[in-house]
Amino acid sequence: MIEVRSLTKHYGNLTAVDNLSFEVAPGEVLGFLGPNGAGKSTTMRMIAGFLTPTSGTALVCGHDVQSDAIAARRAIGYLPEGAPSYPEMTPRSFLAFIAAIRGLATETASQRIAAVTEQLHLESVFDQPIDTLSKGFRRRVGLAQAILHDPQVLILDEPTDGLDPNQKHEVRNLIRAMASDKIIVISTHILEEVHAVCSRAIIIANGQRLADDTPAALEARSRYHQAVSLTVNEQTDIESVRTTLRNLPDVRSIENDERTIIAFPQPGTTLLPQVTALANQHGWQLDGLQQERGRLDEVFREITVGEAAA
Amino acid sequence: MNAVMTIARRELRSYFATPVAYVFIIIFLVMAGWATFYVGRFYERGQADLVPFFSFLPWLYLFLIPPLAMRLWAEERRSGSIELLMTLPVTLPQAVLGKFVAAWVFTTIALVLTFPLWITVNYLGDPDNGVIVASYLGGILMAGGFLAIGSALSALTRNQVIAFILTIVTCFVFLLIGYEIVLSVLSGVLPQPLVDAIASLSFNTHFQSIVKGVIDLRDFVYFLLLIGFFLLANAIILDMKKAS
Repeated sequence: MIEVRSLTKHYGNLTAVDNLSFEVAPGEVLGFLGPNGAGKSTTMRMIAGFLTPTSGTALVCGHDVQSDAIAARRAIGYLPEGAPSYPEMTPRSFLAFIAAIRGLATETASQRIAAVTEQLHLESVFDQPIDTLSKGFRRRVGLAQAILHDPQVLILDEPTDGLDPNQKHEVRNLIRAMASDKIIVISTHILEEVHAVCSRAIIIANGQRLADDTPAALEARSRYHQAVSLTVNEQTDIESVRTTLRNLPDVRSIENDERTIIAFPQPGTTLLPQVTALANQHGWQLDGLQQERGRLDEVFREITVGEAAA
Repeated sequence: MNAVMTIARRELRSYFATPVAYVFIIIFLVMAGWATFYVGRFYERGQADLVPFFSFLPWLYLFLIPPLAMRLWAEERRSGSIELLMTLPVTLPQAVLGKFVAAWVFTTIALVLTFPLWITVNYLGDPDNGVIVASYLGGILMAGGFLAIGSALSALTRNQVIAFILTIVTCFVFLLIGYEIVLSVLSGVLPQPLVDAIASLSFNTHFQSIVKGVIDLRDFVYFLLLIGFFLLANAIILDMKKAS
């Protein structure tokens, strides 16, 4: 369990994190979303024990990160932003150092080092100095370090930044595989990642929590949620399709470009069956027909920009 | 204690993973030889002791220890690895002590490598080896003092050049206030008890009294207190940075 209680951080006059409270339970993967400078990293740094909060505190597995810092840090595996490590070390010596400082017994240490090396595919660079490695490898060395002691709580600041699509996929699989019995908090600004791994997302801007929901519920806030988009082929007159759809009582509004029409439903209605029926009835030639789930990027923009404007 | 040694071992290994360690040791040994035989007129003096070497040692440290100390925390902050270190289950004093011990062991290795000088004086004559052992101990402690100052000051900044300059200036002051020439100027403007107090803070006063063979426990205690004071300051600076 992570309990964040009225966490606040000022840098001079700037309020980086403003009275933030939330809890994360085992089994949850919490995605921390927000524009750059929203306070994501600052919050994670306070939970991990790198920064002292101006006020408020956080409890990790019951340990206060300030008054019981060492016990809290033992429970946490932390990947700092940018995955820093010691550049002159090799993954072998670096992981051995982390194992030693975390007090793993010799046998456990070698087992765990072997396990994380395999999980993150570090075998090929195991004896190369870290500063000669690519960004993707360095990030994976950082991840290996974070999960080495098989912690109850994982705090990962942009875990997939700098990875190629295949590596991103693997890291997400790894996070999902670990999720069942752990508490995982990741920050990201890649919205597809929220879908891929998170069971819950918190959107913050200016240090305040603006939304806290499942990714699906956040998408449902989008005006695209349940909207139906049709792509008609060239034989079909797009204007007549548009007019027909516009006359459906459940259609609130219509948008279109040259070949694609998006029909937005009245709240609480479902358009897809009606649109499918109309298409059959009128013999529309369609290249595509789908019901949208909602667009997270749009919700994100609306929530964070709306706040900034207000 | 385990955490301190783990950090110290890691640090010490990283010195030897780059050319820094070798460059430092080679320059240190070359300068030590030059100072002893050329500046100190080792042969012309006709005395079998290591006074020329040990008289020069504070000045050698003044130029060689700040570049070693400047990276202790400034580099850690610049590369971001400080965030990793400070979120591992180690306390602030353990981290400070671990890094300091590594640097101290390193300077001790460099100092011990001057042992051919010792062999030489024993071959040429019959020196007071007790004084030489005490001087080596004093040298080790003085290096610790320089390093503790450098470590604390390098925690102030991520910029190694600033850390270097702050350290060299501070250490220079700690050396100068032990010289008669400076003290006589000071006694013109300050009351004598204050001048004595200032002189008693100098590296030089304590180190030279050890080198002269006056074995006074207070000289050793001085260096240990100085190290303790600056390492405490080091931890406080890091803690303040954490909260700012």
